[in-house]
Amino acid sequence: MNFFRRQLPLLITLVTGLVFAAQYYVPHPASEEMLTNVTKWLQIIGGFALVLGVTSLFHIHAVKIRRREPGWGYSFVLYAGMLGTIVIGLWHNGKEVVNGTMTAFGWIYNFMMVPLQGTMFAILAFFIASAAYRSFRARSREAAVLLVAAVIVMMGRVPLGEYLVPLSGDLTQWILNVLNASVRRAILIGISLGAVALSLKIIFGIERAYLGGGKE
Amino acid sequence: MPFEILLGAWVATGLTLFIFTFLYQDNPLFKLAEHLYVGVSVGYAIVKTYDTVLIRLIYEPMVKQGDWSLLIPLGIGTLMLARYVPKAAWLSRIAFAFIVGVGSGLAIPRVISSYILKQVEDTVRPLASIVQGSPSFTYDLLNPASNLNAVVLLVGVVSVLFYFFFSIEHKGPVKVAAHTGILFLMVAFGAAFGYTVMARMSLLIGRLTDLIEYAEPRYGLASLWLLAVTVTLLAAWSLTQRGKAAPPADG
Repeated sequence: MNFFRRQLPLLITLVTGLVFAAQYYVPHPASEEMLTNVTKWLQIIGGFALVLGVTSLFHIHAVKIRRREPGWGYSFVLYAGMLGTIVIGLWHNGKEVVNGTMTAFGWIYNFMMVPLQGTMFAILAFFIASAAYRSFRARSREAAVLLVAAVIVMMGRVPLGEYLVPLSGDLTQWILNVLNASVRRAILIGISLGAVALSLKIIFGIERAYLGGGKE
Repeated sequence: MPFEILLGAWVATGLTLFIFTFLYQDNPLFKLAEHLYVGVSVGYAIVKTYDTVLIRLIYEPMVKQGDWSLLIPLGIGTLMLARYVPKAAWLSRIAFAFIVGVGSGLAIPRVISSYILKQVEDTVRPLASIVQGSPSFTYDLLNPASNLNAVVLLVGVVSVLFYFFFSIEHKGPVKVAAHTGILFLMVAFGAAFGYTVMARMSLLIGRLTDLIEYAEPRYGLASLWLLAVTVTLLAAWSLTQRGKAAPPADG
């Protein structure tokens, strides 16, 4: 039994890992088809992961309501929003527009989701500005460099900034396309080396955290 | 004006204003909008997953085209749900092993090719050009492909990698290289910050534009009425909070 609980998952990881690493070097239609199929499979399995997440969310709020915890009434709002969207969405087969006409599901998307999402991210502008005011003091040479770069990019991204400091637009482009690109490239190389190392550790069973704890 | 558009304008305006009340402080109006946002977003994700996965990827190929091989991912996916049965929870490891194994296998050659070799190839470029048989050096800063920018890019990449990866003591030439890397990093962080701020500002302008549009008479002055209602509710809630003792701080 221990084989099925511990060794079998490691064996599956090893075999699938080696097969799909090798797939890249086999430019045969069968190999390409295998990749296409497994990509669809991963999407299907990902759908089940959503079930896990939604169940967890349901459970957390059900507990909140049962225990009458502070703010438990908002859990009903969450349930109402979720169930209402699901019912209306399924009624319209997940289509926002049918024959050029907006459906009720499309209405929820356009007049509820988009404004809520946009505003949620928009209020971050205030908090970022507030955080910058408190932390953007040029205490060292490095902090001063960061401050100057941020100011130039902010000026260069708006017409008013470019009007006030004509050079800011070009400078912004240079900072983003050259200086920023070089740093992104170096960080990307570092992350990629780490990702390859981690993938090898997973395939060869050195890294097993993804299997979780629990009974052997 | 169609009724659904008018209703939509009022709902969108109300929800936008409710979220903005957080700028004053955390309050019931914000919490209401916040929970509604989570609920609607999760509901939307469920419907889209149902449409994409259940209908297009499973039902149609299986029932209409007879592709029964899809029973394999269905079986693997079902194993994930075994987590809810304590005695059979170990079965979910098989599903995770498959996902992680395939993901790792796919990642190795593609990451090496696209993110390591390609990035190195783009960094190690000729530092001078040959124009009509004679070497030349272009100084155009605004052209990312100019020779001067090639040198800057090379110095940036190498110095940042020096800073991150060389665990030897930073002194002498290594210190100079690492310090140069820090300066490049600071410029990139500053640029990322400035870029993010302006992106958020753009979103804010979008929301304010909508509020201004919905304040027009054809929308029944939705923004103005709802602003008055929101401010009144917030003021009333604020007054009710005054008498209450401050809750103990967390931690």
